[in-house]
Amino acid sequence: MKKISLVFRIWRQKSQLSKGQFVEYTLKDLSTNLSLLEALDKLNEELILNGDRPINFDHDCREGICGSCGFLVNGQPHGPKDATTICQLYLRNFKDHTTLTLEPLQTKTFPVIQDLVVDRSSLDRLIMSGGFCSDDVGKAPDANFFKVNQTDAFSSFQTATCIGCGACIASCRNASASLFVAAKLAHLGQLPQGQLLRSKRASQMKHQMLSEGFGSCSNNLDCEAACPKEISANWISWMNREDD
Amino acid sequence: MSYFLDPCIPLGNIDGAWERIQKSLPYISLGNKNKLQIVVVGGGLAGASAAATLAEQGFPVKLITYNDSPRRAHSVAAQGGINAAKKIREDDCDGVNELFVDTVRGGDFRAREASCRRLAEISSSIIDQCVNQGVPFARDYDGLLSTRRFGGALVSRTFYARGQTGQQLLYGAYQSLMRQVGSRRVELLPRRDVIEFINLNGVIRGVVTRNLLNGQLEVFQAHAVILATGGYSNVYFLSTNSIKSNASAVWRAHKQGAFFANPSLTQIHPTCIPVGGEYQSKLTLMSESLRNDGRIWLPRRSHDIRDPSEISESERDYFLERLYPSYGNLVPRDVASRRAKELCDQGFGVGNDGRSVYLDLRDAIQKKGAQEIKAKYGNLIEMYERIVGEDPMTMPMRIYPAPHYTMGGLWVDYNLMSTLPGLFVLGEANCTVHGANRLGANALLQCLADGYFIGPCSIHSWLEGHTFSISSHEMDQACQDALENTKKRIDDLINVQGEIPVDIFHRALGEIMINRCGITRNESGLLAGLEEIKLLKQKFHHQVRIPIEINCPNPELEKALRVADFLELAQLMLSDALSRKESCGAHFREEYQTPEGETMRDDENYAHIAAWEYVPGSEPIKHLENLSFSLLKPNKRSYQ
Repeated sequence: MKKISLVFRIWRQKSQLSKGQFVEYTLKDLSTNLSLLEALDKLNEELILNGDRPINFDHDCREGICGSCGFLVNGQPHGPKDATTICQLYLRNFKDHTTLTLEPLQTKTFPVIQDLVVDRSSLDRLIMSGGFCSDDVGKAPDANFFKVNQTDAFSSFQTATCIGCGACIASCRNASASLFVAAKLAHLGQLPQGQLLRSKRASQMKHQMLSEGFGSCSNNLDCEAACPKEISANWISWMNREDD
Repeated sequence: MSYFLDPCIPLGNIDGAWERIQKSLPYISLGNKNKLQIVVVGGGLAGASAAATLAEQGFPVKLITYNDSPRRAHSVAAQGGINAAKKIREDDCDGVNELFVDTVRGGDFRAREASCRRLAEISSSIIDQCVNQGVPFARDYDGLLSTRRFGGALVSRTFYARGQTGQQLLYGAYQSLMRQVGSRRVELLPRRDVIEFINLNGVIRGVVTRNLLNGQLEVFQAHAVILATGGYSNVYFLSTNSIKSNASAVWRAHKQGAFFANPSLTQIHPTCIPVGGEYQSKLTLMSESLRNDGRIWLPRRSHDIRDPSEISESERDYFLERLYPSYGNLVPRDVASRRAKELCDQGFGVGNDGRSVYLDLRDAIQKKGAQEIKAKYGNLIEMYERIVGEDPMTMPMRIYPAPHYTMGGLWVDYNLMSTLPGLFVLGEANCTVHGANRLGANALLQCLADGYFIGPCSIHSWLEGHTFSISSHEMDQACQDALENTKKRIDDLINVQGEIPVDIFHRALGEIMINRCGITRNESGLLAGLEEIKLLKQKFHHQVRIPIEINCPNPELEKALRVADFLELAQLMLSDALSRKESCGAHFREEYQTPEGETMRDDENYAHIAAWEYVPGSEPIKHLENLSFSLLKPNKRSYQ
């Protein structure tokens, strides 16, 4: 089993009100089969044994699907590997003696809670503003009432895979939520069930983006590059035509 | 000592019983609904769907979740699909009866027949509901919904959205929930752990939560509390569950008087990425759907360390196909898990430590083409490649069984109410339809049946009798007592200030549980496990170290509270396994097996749900819900 040593330069901030700073830690003899989060678990165990406060970072499923994890690794949301969440980033992707700078997703719409943990409730408020179909339970017609061709079903599915991690927003110099919103609009807008509210949904979600303080899209495509689910930025152009 | 429990199953023919119940439900006026507060704990498939549906009906609802958003609930990780008895075409040979039979048989006749029947009857409406919400299920070339086949079934009735069905179903429920949050009919309370219940004269009237951002203890009063907190597989430390999945809410309810049913019935899923080394924090599931195209095999020669590509066809043992010709690689999960473990124990296993079997897509790729296989299982293939560093398109995956789904949970009656009046339990947190084993693709079905249809209906009977105000001097006192108990528990843990981090205890607990109460169990191992856990528990309460600061985020305290509960739950799991002297489904007691190595059920003495009552300072008391089967005669499970 291959082993490496890594230097972690990690943003430490006790609370929103306190000042933060980078602190360096070195971990030796790490198996390259460990994930980056498992390396942080190991580091935390050492910190607790030394009586220090462990590093707080969001995580849960560790399968790349829940969208909880997400911070910057050397300036990139979810780190250097394409189409990968932090929890799926394994140490075999790094060279021996590399320094890794870990810092929270930086944007004013995601205030820091502690260390690498940020508040992403603005994304829930975007969905709340219109990212749904609006029929009550028990009133659904037969599921095969509308036929959906395979291409549309799959295209809708691909946009529906957005995990709401916020990487697209943190990677954008304008902190635009366009890719997140476009993905939801495209998911519902490509299905027959989503047609009734299609225009209203687009207009409400776009309005909410402005209210939350997200910036405008300037076509840098950084969002597409950072998206762990490879959602195409072409959907932003699609969105821009939605509530006309 | 054993006492008998009444599950409140409707009188008369169980076929159509649910429809009769629905027609007889009381009517609560909108004016009264507005005055009734419901607290839902858990924002996964069962919790989010229940909260959204109850709010649509006009009830004010509070939804509590430890996640920052309900979209992160562990239901999101479910991969394979959801069963439904829904005819797609006229010539489909599937129907309600077939799904019902497979569910009861899959549960090895340890599930409640009436609940299984209701599940099958509701299943088709669930697909309609989800499609209407915009769940992008896979479609056939003609635009109709597409299905695939899952373990334990001979027909293709599993609806799916690639390998991310749970994600898509959860987003449907989450979006419905957020619509209600936006309408102010649901108050969303994220980043909170439920750690105590308000118990007023034996009736549950609310919860105490710890705010995970500032450590504040908060009280939420309610006319009814719904628990939808998922399973407790993390008692094994390494499991397929999310890291934060826990048993705390159900365990605190148990300690208040809710009976815990069949705690030892844990499904060990056969197709997970195996343990890779120290500090590994979880095991990742590879969907069972892969067994549609993947063939499971081991070398015929023991300790064969050759590269799989060098092992010829005649030197391979496709052991599931050999032993179970009609079900082949799609035998139920307990059977596949046991056969894999046995062969690995005998030295035929592959991988670094010989604790894996091959799941090989080679033949399917040759037959159908790489393109089709990638389209079908794309995300699973990528996931495996990232974690293991090998490409399953060019070499077989290595898999091994891992703790996955817990069939046990809080005992509930037909109306999903626990033995604590006012406390309802939905989804994986309860024990209703899965018996000793869970039919593949029935978990998502049960969560949504409970959340969209059953819970929001059956709760009406309870609420009708409790439309009065719950604020009173007595209630204030009950809240105060619950707060003080909670504060004491936290202080006791923080004050230990020992020298061992929580994770080390959790790992030790997991090792005891997998060895003593894992794929197979026996009497001496279970007794030894009880002693080991007793010692570990003592050590935990004397040597655990938690950072002192409690008025800010403190993930170590969260973990410690959960592990303290897991340690107690583990003792009950071992006691339950010890007292069930038979083998059924996932519960394989080595002393009770056929000469062929299959489970040997004892229907005369154990055709029951064992529901345990907590007794402070004493051994738990076992209550029995005897199971009877009117539509189906218990027969031997055979997958030959």
